[in-house]
Amino acid sequence: MRKLVSLISGIIFGLGLTISSMTNPEKVLDFLNIFDDWDPSLIFVMLGAILISSPVFYLQKEKTKPLFGEKFYITPLKEVDKSIVIGASLFGVGWGLVGLCPGPAIASLSLINMNSIIFVISMVGSYGLLQIFSN
Amino acid sequence: MNIINFTPIPAFVGGMLIGLAVIIFLVGNGRIAGISGIVDNLFFSKNNRLDNILFIVGVILGPIIYQNVTKSIIPFTITTSIPVVILGGIFVGMGTKIGSGCTSGHGICGISRFSIRSIVATLVFLTTGTLTVLVMRII
Repeated sequence: MRKLVSLISGIIFGLGLTISSMTNPEKVLDFLNIFDDWDPSLIFVMLGAILISSPVFYLQKEKTKPLFGEKFYITPLKEVDKSIVIGASLFGVGWGLVGLCPGPAIASLSLINMNSIIFVISMVGSYGLLQIFSN
Repeated sequence: MNIINFTPIPAFVGGMLIGLAVIIFLVGNGRIAGISGIVDNLFFSKNNRLDNILFIVGVILGPIIYQNVTKSIIPFTITTSIPVVILGGIFVGMGTKIGSGCTSGHGICGISRFSIRSIVATLVFLTTGTLTVLVMRII
């Protein structure tokens, strides 16, 4: 059942990205182009998602176990630190350069576009490099 | 500032579906649907590997199912040159690993938990993303 839940969550996530057109880098770059021709759609994607999931995160606090697993893999809320600011800054720069963040980059692999494949390889390569240096 | 190509309804509906996916993964498997973490762990951690693979396969299947059901073509326009695409991938990889999350992990799941850390992260990447686009339009 866990496996089916993983697959179904992924499919719905991918459908949501597609319907909201967040898989299109041009649309995301238009969102970040606040000072010129601005497409505010991405705000509505975040609002829709947060509206649905926040009540469930609130109710989840009372529970000790998910339906199909032994525990919740949720890290306790942490303080703001240097790594979050540095990491988020770098991420934003990469996001603004191409218009892809990890979710849409993965979803757009389905379109077999050379650019998204190259982007994902560069991203995963960076994860690997940081993994080696952190060990 | 001019408002262009604004599509609030599909954006909101798509967003609600993403929220639904977040709920199912949380209530069913007890996991946070943060894509950068799932991709990272899929390659570099043995924990929950099959779940991570299936989730990512699902994210890739989503657009394929959409295309087959609606018989439409999903727009994908990228005008960035290959070296900049590589640079962007490196920045997104480094940034989401150092900052432990991306648009989904911080922007959706974190904010839904009212995590101050995630709210700060979201404001920071929105700011640097906006400034990057501004700089790229000038040069």
